[in-house]
Amino acid sequence: MAFGTPGSRSQARGGPSPGFRFTLYAVLSFVVMFLDQRHGWLEQVRYGLQALTYPVQLAVSSPASAWKWLHEVSETRDALRAENARLRDQDRLLALRAMRYEALARENGELRGLRDALPPVAERWLAAELVIQPTPLRQRFLINRGSTNGVFKGQAVLDDKGIIGQTTHVGPFSAEVILITDPEHAIPVQIERTGLRTIAVGAGDTTSLALPYLPGNADVKAGDMLMTSGLGGVFPAGYPVARVTEVHRDAVQPLAQVRALPFATVDTDSELMLVWFRDDHPASPTPASTATGDLRTGNPKLQPQAAPPPRPKAPATETSPAAPPPAGTGARNSEPSSGTVNPAAAAPSKSRAPAAVKSPDGSTPAKPANSKDSVSGDNPRAATPREPAPPATPEPSPDATPRNP
Amino acid sequence: MSSGEPTGRMLVSAFIALLLTVVPLPYWLDIARPSFLILAVLHWSIFAPRAGGIGLGWFSGLLLDVFQGPVLGAHALALAAVTYVFCREHQKIRSKPGFQQSLIVLAGLAAYEVLLFFIDGYSGHPITSPLRWVHILSGAIFWAPATAVLGYRERRS
Repeated sequence: MAFGTPGSRSQARGGPSPGFRFTLYAVLSFVVMFLDQRHGWLEQVRYGLQALTYPVQLAVSSPASAWKWLHEVSETRDALRAENARLRDQDRLLALRAMRYEALARENGELRGLRDALPPVAERWLAAELVIQPTPLRQRFLINRGSTNGVFKGQAVLDDKGIIGQTTHVGPFSAEVILITDPEHAIPVQIERTGLRTIAVGAGDTTSLALPYLPGNADVKAGDMLMTSGLGGVFPAGYPVARVTEVHRDAVQPLAQVRALPFATVDTDSELMLVWFRDDHPASPTPASTATGDLRTGNPKLQPQAAPPPRPKAPATETSPAAPPPAGTGARNSEPSSGTVNPAAAAPSKSRAPAAVKSPDGSTPAKPANSKDSVSGDNPRAATPREPAPPATPEPSPDATPRNP
Repeated sequence: MSSGEPTGRMLVSAFIALLLTVVPLPYWLDIARPSFLILAVLHWSIFAPRAGGIGLGWFSGLLLDVFQGPVLGAHALALAAVTYVFCREHQKIRSKPGFQQSLIVLAGLAAYEVLLFFIDGYSGHPITSPLRWVHILSGAIFWAPATAVLGYRERRS
């Protein structure tokens, strides 16, 4: 070790040469990096280090929390009363909405052929507070809940407006959360208006997401709401993520450049929720293991089609990924407008003929990505309303009929 | 450099520098914040290369990894490399006037950041934002006051 007591000075002077020591440390760094990067073998070490450094992080954030506490304590009676009134109003509003929610949930259950309404997908939740804010460069932050509270790696973090991110490293008393706006984070989303599925990637600054895999003729416009699609195994379906702010189409580019603004914002006094989701709920995040298990058996492209079309007691009919976003191929003619999450939005779609032409399964497995979608999604038997193709294509469904088995 | 190796002061200053490095700041201050821990490490590798040296650099880098890095060992490697060069050339650097020292520190910080950039990219966690380079400049500017504070004892005696 290079630093030690003053007594070790002479020893250090006569010890190994600096070049040798540097080589040693460099090799050590590479080994550590490799172990940490490849298989997560240092997860335990990280766990310990996170526990060790947590007091420092608490100490560092103490001025901010002290200020916050002081602010709370010194709040005047009037301010408290005003807040109380506001909260009561909000409570009333939410109660009203919840009443309607009960009815809707029951109706939804009946429509799905279930005897009872589905339980809410969020089973239990835990409030957490920010310990260290995200830095401008790496959009990760630390929260004050860890594995002692039951937090696990890859858990969804929400606030009252939408998805914030997911946990990446979990220590005993703290956990690191990666924001959805981090460039390393990608979240599977669905455009609420059309049901079009795609992936939203962090754009690098705190306020925007990019949708890099939408073809130039995709049906997306500014103001569209993005919500989670339930794929990917972390976030359940149907939670709000962001609103599309700008769509830029370039005639030479095969892909559209789309930006979106996340609903959730993170600052010091934001309240976060760690959520545990029910596994057996149709909207629950698709467990990655079962998805791959399905894919492993037989031809994954053909699996969803095998289901008989008219089955009244299907567990879920909420999504029908007929032709999910053809990521990477901007040259596809037809425009998928799948998704009957809210039939009101999808119903006015003009053409009913293609749905009749297509086989009842309604899915056109053109790419493995698509088939994965349909495997992990629900039974895609609902006929998909397809919009007539954009001007570039002569007939609406050139690919629907021939490929049906 | 008159009385032994300032190991204790070195560790204390490194700890304080670490706190300053990770303390939450508003957005713009956070971008412009120099990496105080690196400045402290560089100071001690110039003025007390035997006390700290590469080991101090490596362990400080590892701490930075724990606090900020996506991969353990990335900051450690970059900081150990820069510390090695600074320890080797400490006599030349020490004899330079303040302004030139700042320029050398600028080069050192730039080398550190370039190394880290490569490691980040190679390990699949790239930060391509140009803001990551800002702290090099602010670090070079802060070098003079930082080294004045850290070398206060030496200069007095």
